[in-house]
Amino acid sequence: MDGHSLDIAHMLAGGMVLVSFMLLYQDRMFALLNVFALHAVVLSASVAWQAHIQNAPHLYVPAAIALVLKGIIIPVALHQVVIRLGIHRTIETVGGIGLTMLFGIGLVALSMVVMLRAAAAADPLAREDLAFALSVLLLGLLMMVTRRNAVSQIVGFMSLENGLILAATGARGMPLVVEISVAFSVLIAFIVIGVFLFRIRERFDSVELEVLDEFRGERR
Amino acid sequence: MVLILELIAQGAQMILVLLLAPLLLGYTRKVKARLLRRRGPPLLQPYRDLLRLIRKEVVLAQNASWLFRSGPYMILSATWVAASLVPTFATGLVFSWVGDLIAITALLGSARFFLALVGMDVGTSFGGIGSSREMMFASLAEPAMIMIAFTLALLAGSTQLSYIAEFMLANGSLRVSLGLVLVAFIIVALAENARIPVDNPATHLELTMVHEAMVLEYSGRHLAVIELAAGLKLLLYISLISCIFVPWGLAPAGSPLAGYAVGMVTYLGKLAVGGFLLVLFETSIAKMRVFRVPDFLGIALMLGLLGMLLLFVSRSF
Repeated sequence: MDGHSLDIAHMLAGGMVLVSFMLLYQDRMFALLNVFALHAVVLSASVAWQAHIQNAPHLYVPAAIALVLKGIIIPVALHQVVIRLGIHRTIETVGGIGLTMLFGIGLVALSMVVMLRAAAAADPLAREDLAFALSVLLLGLLMMVTRRNAVSQIVGFMSLENGLILAATGARGMPLVVEISVAFSVLIAFIVIGVFLFRIRERFDSVELEVLDEFRGERR
Repeated sequence: MVLILELIAQGAQMILVLLLAPLLLGYTRKVKARLLRRRGPPLLQPYRDLLRLIRKEVVLAQNASWLFRSGPYMILSATWVAASLVPTFATGLVFSWVGDLIAITALLGSARFFLALVGMDVGTSFGGIGSSREMMFASLAEPAMIMIAFTLALLAGSTQLSYIAEFMLANGSLRVSLGLVLVAFIIVALAENARIPVDNPATHLELTMVHEAMVLEYSGRHLAVIELAAGLKLLLYISLISCIFVPWGLAPAGSPLAGYAVGMVTYLGKLAVGGFLLVLFETSIAKMRVFRVPDFLGIALMLGLLGMLLLFVSRSF
């Protein structure tokens, strides 16, 4: 394993963080879904590269699942959902984009500090990959917190899960079963959330989550 | 003798950037027209425009001060000096020790300062709008540029462009922070050159223009000088990006004439590719609203910051 192959793995993991920031920045539905598909494609490339350099052919399976399921099927389905819900206009974000971005940088810094301390004994490249995975995860959480629209919250959730897969493949010896079951649980979650979206819309005529707050009497 | 040859090489670089700048503008316009399935003006059109403008008489507003008349030359000289400090076809020219990323940023900053001043000098409303917008964008683009300079300096151990280029040639590799810095650099370059997502260089629609609004009052040779300076700035940014991120082909210090020739050919190739990519990006994207631009530039600032942060935390990024 020479330096270059590790560099490429590193670059791909860094690319995931970059695409996560792009997700935070996008405020239009279709652009958001396209960037999400890009996120999945980068993830799949990263996992496939890990499979290549770790000599672990079973890792090609999660790579293929990520590419097909999250790179193609889920974005296309979400496109359909967005069209059927008729919400292809601008999404509102809580606070400005600049503020969200600053929070994002803070989260990346946090995950670096935490990971570099917590895994001080590990191989430096592996621990930085873990730090990247943690930041993708936290950025996904941030996205779920800052968006009001249910569809973009789903995208945040899915990108969070991409971070989990990135962490799992960076560490050696993760059993294949776990990865596959995680991938499929996301598909199930997507179906359940999709059903819920339409139920919410039927009930409240909107997918803005503020309406739920009003319904519960939390907003005066 | 050696010194004379070196001075000749440096002089060749200064002349080269000045001569190539209008050609680059003509090239980008041509490619853009071809991408839109139009024929476009000939490649040499910018030269003809410059000649025509120089021959025309200068029309001055009644209340134009000395600043208005001397401003264009100050802008051109600052930009020209900055452009001739960037290693284009060779590193380690005589003046390369002043070819410092921060110095270049400062030179461009002073050129922008004069541009904003002359925009406000006559006191028309468009000039004022253009200057205030330019300053608003600059207040975000310059910190981003400084962040980029710091990140590169942390990586290479110097802010000198020749040194950075040689460092990249010797032990450049795929690094996350370099990727972040490249994206930030491209955003800053688009904003600084008033290219499409930020400003449209071809428009004269009053409400959206920034750069054109500032130079609206100029005519004759003053306008020619300003247009030349704008072309030089575009050339400067493309050369800057290519010398930092694609340094292959640069002739090292004291190389034979053949090395310089190779450097020249690869430099022209880099310019052609860079210009083409720029135009491709421009034709595939729409201009954004003025109030969206701070967000766009904020991303460059953020990426620069992130790259620096990663480098501080661990050297292997």
